[in-house]
Amino acid sequence: MRDREHSSGRGSGLSRRAFLQGSGAAVAATAVATQATEAVAEAKKPSRLKSSKAQKVVLTVNGKEHTLMLEPRVTLLDALRNDLNLTGAKDVGVSSNDGADTVIIDGKAVAAGTRLAFAEQGKNITTVEGLSEGKNVDEVITAFVKHDATQCGYCTPGFVVAVRAFLNKNPGANLEQIRKGLGGNICRCGTYAGVTAAALELCQKGGA
Amino acid sequence: MAEETKREHTWGPRADNVLIGKDIQRIDAADKSSGRAKYSADINTPGTLYARLLTSNQAHAKIKKLNVDPATQVEGVRAVYVFPTAYDIETGESKELRWDGAPIVAVAADRPEIAADGVRAIEIEYEPLPFFVDEEDIEGAKKAEEETGIKRLKSLGDNKKGDVAAAISDAVVVHKGYYGVHTISHMCLEPHGSHCEWQGDDKLEVHLSTQNVSGTPGQFSGALGLDETAVHVQSDYEGGGFGSKFAADEWGIACAELAKAAGKPVRLMLDRATDLKIAGTRPSGFIEVTIAADSEGNIVAWDSDHWGTNGTGGGTVRLSGIPYVFDFANRNRKATGLVCNTGPNRAWRAPPHPQLCAMTQTAMDDLAAKMGMDSYDLFMKNLNQVSKGLADRADVYRDQMKIAAEMIDWKAKWHPHGKGGGNGPVKRGLGLALHTWGGGAGPCSCLLKVHRDGSVETFLGSQDIGTGTRTVIAIVMAETFGLNLDQVKVNLGSSKYPKSGASGGSITVGGVSSAHRRAAQDALWQIFDLVAKKFNVPADALAARGGKIVSGGQEVCTWQQATALIGPMPLEVQGVNGRGTKDGLTSSTVGGVQMADVSVNTEDGTIRINDFVCVQDCGLIIDELTARSQVYGGMIMGISYALMEERIMDNHTGRYLNANLEDYKVPRIGDIGNLQVKMYQPASEYNRGVVGLGEPPVISPGAAISNAVANATGVRVPVLPLTPQRVLDALQKGGAA
Repeated sequence: MRDREHSSGRGSGLSRRAFLQGSGAAVAATAVATQATEAVAEAKKPSRLKSSKAQKVVLTVNGKEHTLMLEPRVTLLDALRNDLNLTGAKDVGVSSNDGADTVIIDGKAVAAGTRLAFAEQGKNITTVEGLSEGKNVDEVITAFVKHDATQCGYCTPGFVVAVRAFLNKNPGANLEQIRKGLGGNICRCGTYAGVTAAALELCQKGGA
Repeated sequence: MAEETKREHTWGPRADNVLIGKDIQRIDAADKSSGRAKYSADINTPGTLYARLLTSNQAHAKIKKLNVDPATQVEGVRAVYVFPTAYDIETGESKELRWDGAPIVAVAADRPEIAADGVRAIEIEYEPLPFFVDEEDIEGAKKAEEETGIKRLKSLGDNKKGDVAAAISDAVVVHKGYYGVHTISHMCLEPHGSHCEWQGDDKLEVHLSTQNVSGTPGQFSGALGLDETAVHVQSDYEGGGFGSKFAADEWGIACAELAKAAGKPVRLMLDRATDLKIAGTRPSGFIEVTIAADSEGNIVAWDSDHWGTNGTGGGTVRLSGIPYVFDFANRNRKATGLVCNTGPNRAWRAPPHPQLCAMTQTAMDDLAAKMGMDSYDLFMKNLNQVSKGLADRADVYRDQMKIAAEMIDWKAKWHPHGKGGGNGPVKRGLGLALHTWGGGAGPCSCLLKVHRDGSVETFLGSQDIGTGTRTVIAIVMAETFGLNLDQVKVNLGSSKYPKSGASGGSITVGGVSSAHRRAAQDALWQIFDLVAKKFNVPADALAARGGKIVSGGQEVCTWQQATALIGPMPLEVQGVNGRGTKDGLTSSTVGGVQMADVSVNTEDGTIRINDFVCVQDCGLIIDELTARSQVYGGMIMGISYALMEERIMDNHTGRYLNANLEDYKVPRIGDIGNLQVKMYQPASEYNRGVVGLGEPPVISPGAAISNAVANATGVRVPVLPLTPQRVLDALQKGGAA
């Protein structure tokens, strides 16, 4: 198959070129580039995999409405990160229960990677960016800074949002409740001591 | 500068410090906590494409057929790249795929889902080859080697000292045991990967998730046939590395190739399963030990044979580190590496000390139990037999042991193994371990600028991987100039800045703090000379404090008045630390002691950490807040591999069974118990200068927690992690269930 030319519709089509010369021990490889336009793809024999067309999706994020064109299978996490450039919610490479992608939807902490964007229309979505707009910095962020609840920081925004959602529902939680209630977030660096101290301080102040 | 003035780079008297050694908040904590900090995985320049990989689902195979054309026909797919390490698309020749997860094809598309469509469309057929993945089974490896002719065992040598046989026959107590630590994977939350963008055909911008900003441009340029000047690597923030992110990696090259082919920027971050499989593992080690003591508990002999794997390299935990921290007059050791079809190893925080510690100090604990001796006493007694290079640290260990024992109330709580009493199913026990690490300062160059308006900045090609590098640098500059933290700016994370070493091995803080102390002192002395001339005061009487230049407690001028003397161009000073620079600003070798108090449920095999304490030294501490965080983090990562975390390979298919975040278990916030950290910092430590801290606290938890479980139950669970199944199996075998 390596020598077969692609049939290209309307002259634009697909081209193949070897462009990696490599160096040292590296072996030459080939990449295949395509500038297939939608029209070209339409004209071609249909691919074996084809999803539903992109459709209008209106998301309400941090109080603002955003209209996007998204396939129904696009996750809320990808829509936030890739379409709205709200990259505070993190992608760890799997839709999971790791918590790095935590957002608040209608008051509830939710893993954005496990939701489809189109299904979250008409709901109030708060991301970590919504917790520090202008001079209004959420006290959870202030407490995280004070208690050094961040190291590499990749899990931190998700943890901040999870703590905010937890405090809203459990403003006077005790240590055991904090340990149970914040079990949805993984930190690999081991900032749990700082997160616990931050959450506990806020609970002792009544959830701030 | 006056002739007689001796200007030497030193840290100031401890009592004079305003910032150094205090609890200083991380200067980038607010950016990280608010989501403003941009990681490589967050880079979204206009038109960015997203890449997904086709990886091998075979432990060992060749590719019989590969057709990527269907991928190119998926609407929205923009480029396809075949990894030359897997398949030569020009000749159709397959390379050997030697582990589950080996990358074969990368597809870039308008959206991640479309890239995944492209991957699914690829047609591939494998020709399976014989594999072996059971890292604990040395007999099975022998058999596999005989059956297939494929080399599965590599002798890593042996090493003998004294007369072990005679010492054992003279000993009062002899213990034989089996211990081990399974392979674990790197699991940085930000996956390995990059965002690559070309400017024309010959300039490449890479946002790389890396611990090695200054060292990676050449890795890209070499593989891509570019001049090294053509590649710029940027890493403002990095979501965890722990030793696994020093390289451009073949998927980094793939990202650059895809971006070039598509004419658009590409973000290629590994998916979690692939990240767990191929982005670095920690080698396993399994050991058979005979250890013997005299009637006083002095260890008189050690005889061990260990094996394990680091993947296809046929290595294991290094021979020379056994036994760990201690060494004995009569000592034999031997090691064998298993060649397994499993993902390759990478440095994993404190390599390979955690395994060495768990493989040594569990055996010592069992020896103490056999003698009916408190492990604390046995460890204390044998601190006169520490390994080479640690003799002058023995008293520090003794001190740290006493402090840790008080923190956890060892003497009141300790009981002989399995004799804690109580009729219920939950048994409680104590365990301890101790560790060492080098942590000498690494190479660093920085360019420090003092502007005439008094603002200060530095540039260096280092990186902050979560260890507080930015903050430490800011503290050193601000302390030296007598300024506030917000008056100094730290620019790092770009390969355009002066080169700085990779962040690995706990060498960064020593390197950057000493280089900046030198640069800042050099700059300050030049400023003192200007002030001395202008105000007619002796330069060697001057000091910088609280935003002022003072002489004998009297203000001479403000900092801004002093820097106005610099002239229209900024004062630029280069600061350097070489690998071997020894001027007293830094030193090496740290120690620490950890003690754990655990509860074991003998009915369901679960273990809870009650209290876990650490006493740790690291010389002069720049920021005690972030230093404590490093120690907490190490202890928690240690709890992870002690209790939960392991790579589970399927012997029948050769595949990595738990390559996802549900089954690759790491602790959550409720799993860590009460942690207490005591930074050990008498004047003798301050006077040593700065020593690295990142690695050491992750070393002891395996042995300390395993020893605590043995103390609780009276039964050794030989192999880490101590999962409920292993606990129940050990209890059943030990007859205590």
